Amino acid sequence: MGPLPDEVIDAAPAEPPTVLTLRPAPKTHVTVRGLCKSFAGVPLYNNFNLDLPRSQIVSIFGPNGCGKSTLMNMIAGLIPLDAGEILFDGKSLKDTKIGYVFQNYRDALFPWLSARDNIAYPLRRSKMPEAQVQARVDALVKLFEIRFDLGRYPYELSGGQMQTVCIMRALATEPEVMFLDEPFSALDFEMTLFIRAKLQEAHLATGTTMVIVSHDLEDAVFLADQILLLTRRPTRIAELVSFELPRPRTPEAVSDPEFVRVKAHTLEVFRREMAA
Amino acid sequence: MTRRALPLVGPLLLFALWQLMISAQWVKPVLLPPPGETVAHIVGTFASGSIFPDLWATIYRTLCAFGIAVVIGVPLGVMLGSSEGAYRSVEFLIDFFRSTPSSALIPLFMLIFGITDINKIAIAAFGAALIVLFNSAYGVMNAKKTRVMAAQIMGVSRWHIFKDVMLMESLAQTFVGLRSAVSMGLVIVIVAEMFIGSETGLGHRIIDAQQVFNIKDMYGSILVTGALGYLLNLLFLLIEKRVIHWSGKA
Repeated sequence: MGPLPDEVIDAAPAEPPTVLTLRPAPKTHVTVRGLCKSFAGVPLYNNFNLDLPRSQIVSIFGPNGCGKSTLMNMIAGLIPLDAGEILFDGKSLKDTKIGYVFQNYRDALFPWLSARDNIAYPLRRSKMPEAQVQARVDALVKLFEIRFDLGRYPYELSGGQMQTVCIMRALATEPEVMFLDEPFSALDFEMTLFIRAKLQEAHLATGTTMVIVSHDLEDAVFLADQILLLTRRPTRIAELVSFELPRPRTPEAVSDPEFVRVKAHTLEVFRREMAA
Repeated sequence: MTRRALPLVGPLLLFALWQLMISAQWVKPVLLPPPGETVAHIVGTFASGSIFPDLWATIYRTLCAFGIAVVIGVPLGVMLGSSEGAYRSVEFLIDFFRSTPSSALIPLFMLIFGITDINKIAIAAFGAALIVLFNSAYGVMNAKKTRVMAAQIMGVSRWHIFKDVMLMESLAQTFVGLRSAVSMGLVIVIVAEMFIGSETGLGHRIIDAQQVFNIKDMYGSILVTGALGYLLNLLFLLIEKRVIHWSGKA
């Protein structure tokens, strides 16, 4: 059961809801209304509604093939919708600055630019004066406490360093919403811990709304304020679970009773949806 | 030290075998001069300068043909590659003429250009341009989708996505094309010099030496031609390594 008043949907089944018929919950940043998407005639999403809260980290978690990444990519504008509307504070995507961190960092960075120029690239292309570009990159270097040489090319960096550069590049333009597609799946545990910590710091420092898709339950819960649990296809919201452990959360937080409770509950919902 | 000497083993073995064939009298000396004498002959043609007019003529024609191929092939290939529909509609033509040995077109080109220097350059340029075009087009078409999406999400304009991402992505493949094209250009220039009435060029020199049975000069010119092809390839490899430093690493 999601946070949305279901009776509104039931009242008008013929008309897909819009932001006018189904108002966003308070403190909402991103509203998804009446989203429909089919692949090869098989509906994946049908009249899907979702509110993403402002300045929070939402993890999307669900069974294989339920379209976690598809949902995020539709919100980020990478996959077209069949029907529905997605608004950011009432604006369309066109008027919204977003950041995106890909699972495959190696393919996402530009190997012909140094790591520093990769981070600066979106700023330079937005015609920011060079002095400001340098200041912005320096601020990110400070925030992320970078100790490796950013003058090197991406292929000279380790996987964790590359993904760090990707996150810095996505944050460079000060996006309103940042999307992360399985950001840890190609990283070893040490780098996962490092990037988790850095993402939390960046989130605390900037208050950027973040959406993370993860196939690892621990990753999904650890960073999240809200865990969005999806059902099998056709995909609906199984539950939106809150996780209110204060930040910054240290690696030891995984043994905190609250973490254990939320993770166990999430797993239970996940199991139930798998069996459904 | 020993590892570094390994590449020399092959050539030394070849020269040893060559000498053996002569010492054992497997081949008549009129058909195969001894390696030492052949090398001495090459050194002699360089010392006297008699080889330079032919060497320069071949280099000049190859580079002219290559230059034309690049000027036509790269922009056209990039344009076709950026619109998959456009490429698909001419794909058959490109593949057909790429598969046609360019030497088969020599008579046709003789009809158009006559027996001139331009003819040799034109036919070599034709063969090389197709290789450049094909590789540039594929370089653009095979640009990593993730990189293009990353730039799209940054809100970068279509023109800049093309220039900053797709064009840069295609460079590695384009350079593979350039390297093959310069080799192809040399092959066609040599063939053309042999069979399209020619006064200069290594191809002309080889066939001339054969006609008058100047066996030493024939072998020497063949080796010089081989060395030229090898050095051109090496030069392009070095440039590629410099310019496309990320090639094969990302």
